[in-house]
Amino acid sequence: MKRIIPITVGVALVATLAVAAEVSPENVAFDEYGAVSESLTGVAGDAAAGLKAMETKSQGNCFACHQISAAADIPFHGSVGPSLDGVASRWDETQLRGIVAGVKNTFPDTVMPSFYKSSGFIRPGDGFTGKAGTEPLPTLLTAQQVEDIVAYLLTLTE
Amino acid sequence: MTKTVLKGAITSVAILAGAGMALAEGNLVINGDLELTTEAPAPSHIEGLTTVYSGWVFRDSFTQAMEMDDFDNPGMLFVDAGEDMWNEPAGTSGKACADCHGDASESMAGVRAVYPKWNEAAGEVRTLEMQINACRTENQGAEALKYGKGDIVSLEAYISMQSRGMPMNVAIDGPVADVWAQGKQMYYTRTGQLELSCASCHEENYGNLIRAETLSQGQTNGFPVYRIKDSVLTSAAGRFVGCVRDTKAETYKIDSSDFVALELYVASRGNGLSVEGVSVRN
Ligand code: HEC
Ligand code: HEC
Ligand code: HEC
Repeated sequence: MKRIIPITVGVALVATLAVAAEVSPENVAFDEYGAVSESLTGVAGDAAAGLKAMETKSQGNCFACHQISAAADIPFHGSVGPSLDGVASRWDETQLRGIVAGVKNTFPDTVMPSFYKSSGFIRPGDGFTGKAGTEPLPTLLTAQQVEDIVAYLLTLTE
Repeated sequence: MTKTVLKGAITSVAILAGAGMALAEGNLVINGDLELTTEAPAPSHIEGLTTVYSGWVFRDSFTQAMEMDDFDNPGMLFVDAGEDMWNEPAGTSGKACADCHGDASESMAGVRAVYPKWNEAAGEVRTLEMQINACRTENQGAEALKYGKGDIVSLEAYISMQSRGMPMNVAIDGPVADVWAQGKQMYYTRTGQLELSCASCHEENYGNLIRAETLSQGQTNGFPVYRIKDSVLTSAAGRFVGCVRDTKAETYKIDSSDFVALELYVASRGNGLSVEGVSVRN
């Protein structure tokens, strides 16, 4: 949908929408199955930036738990979660957005963290310092990083 | 959900089948003659596990081998330091541990296997670190030592060695029941921004890789642990601090009653596994 808007228009939209239209963590509209149909930013995701955010330990750190054959050059893929190979044939864009933003709406008991959530934690910390943090915490991923990662995941068709 | 649990189980079985093979050729035998139990039926008070495994089982063969020979185990240097402290007078009493407790191989045999333990006089559950500090402050007139690493862990290592090979057997009922229940509750509480509990990693996912590291069951029978990564001998409480911090949570204080409860509960999950004296992990 929004991804087919020509780039120039997209850029113009950033200026007007980035602040105005970014969905805040508490306002993400999950449907009853955990899918999120509206883009969190209105800006098309950038798959390359998405892979970068997935790889970065202080951001997605997705490879701690997941394995992706197409990203075999990234060292050390974990096995706590399932392989993400072919994930785009199992889930559509809205479902993937829901899983990346707030996975517990899809899998209630999963060990996978909620990446676009800022409050409601038990003993929230200040990053990895071990000290107390103050809610709302900065989300693990920004709204745009969620969109970027969804764009990357959509490339994993087999 | 079911899918993941199943997958985790299969991976664990695969890994442990590997370990099972290793068991045939070489289980944990120290110095070629002391065989330790690294796999045992889970105690009946642990619902989430059927078999308990020492952390040793999950380490690479290089790390495993270091623990199998006291000359290669860097933790032994700390045991020696602990023995020196045992015999050295300290504090205003001018007394050494040995002045009251004599030969540690007799007086301390079996002690490590039952800690944390209820102390009737003090009316509290004590970890070995707490008991060591209690003897220092009350019996030696010496200052309390800091928990987690350093001198207190050297003393703990020396005491622990006197129980090497004995099965962990901490009590969970009677006066400790409430504290044990508190520890259990903590074990299953998902903390921090990552919302992970001890069980998320060490019960649901042991045998799985988290990045490059194979998750163990997070047992404490091997403590104190020499960690190759930072060349430090660590107590269980010291390890807990790191594991809670890694969930992006506010940790509990290392000398908090919370960690006493957690240490009691976690120790009870390993009842049946051998005390390893001082173990080696990466
Ligand atoms: C702590 C481990 C962990 C981390 C970190 C993690 N995941 Fe997951 N993920 C899981 C688990 C476990 C599942 C399986 C769902 C369940 O629990 O049943 C899962 C499921 C998924 C699924 C659905 C896969 C399928 O085929 O059904 C996607 C997509 C996904 N994760 C993407 C991500 C992305 C993207 C990141 C990083 C932003 C990430 N995960 C980080 C553990 C993790
Ligand atoms: C003045 C005598 C005295 C000195 C010195 C002393 N202790 Fe103790 N210790 C005791 C007594 C008495 C007990 C038993 C009473 C109790 O459990 O509180 C005890 C108990 C212990 C126990 C618990 C044993 C068990 O079965 O639960 C440990 C461990 C211990 N001491 C270690 C040490 C160490 C280590 C030192 C030196 C740093 C030390 N003690 C110095 C008198 C002493
Ligand atoms: C994000 C996953 C994760 C969580 C959550 C976690 N740990 Fe760990 N823990 C690890 C890793 C990784 C190691 C090192 C490898 C291993 O032994 O599993 C480890 C090691 C340990 C060890 C050392 C085991 C040994 O044999 O040396 C203990 C004990 C431990 N954890 C206890 C806990 C407790 C108690 C909690 C809950 C407060 C906890 N862990 C939560 C990841 C985790």
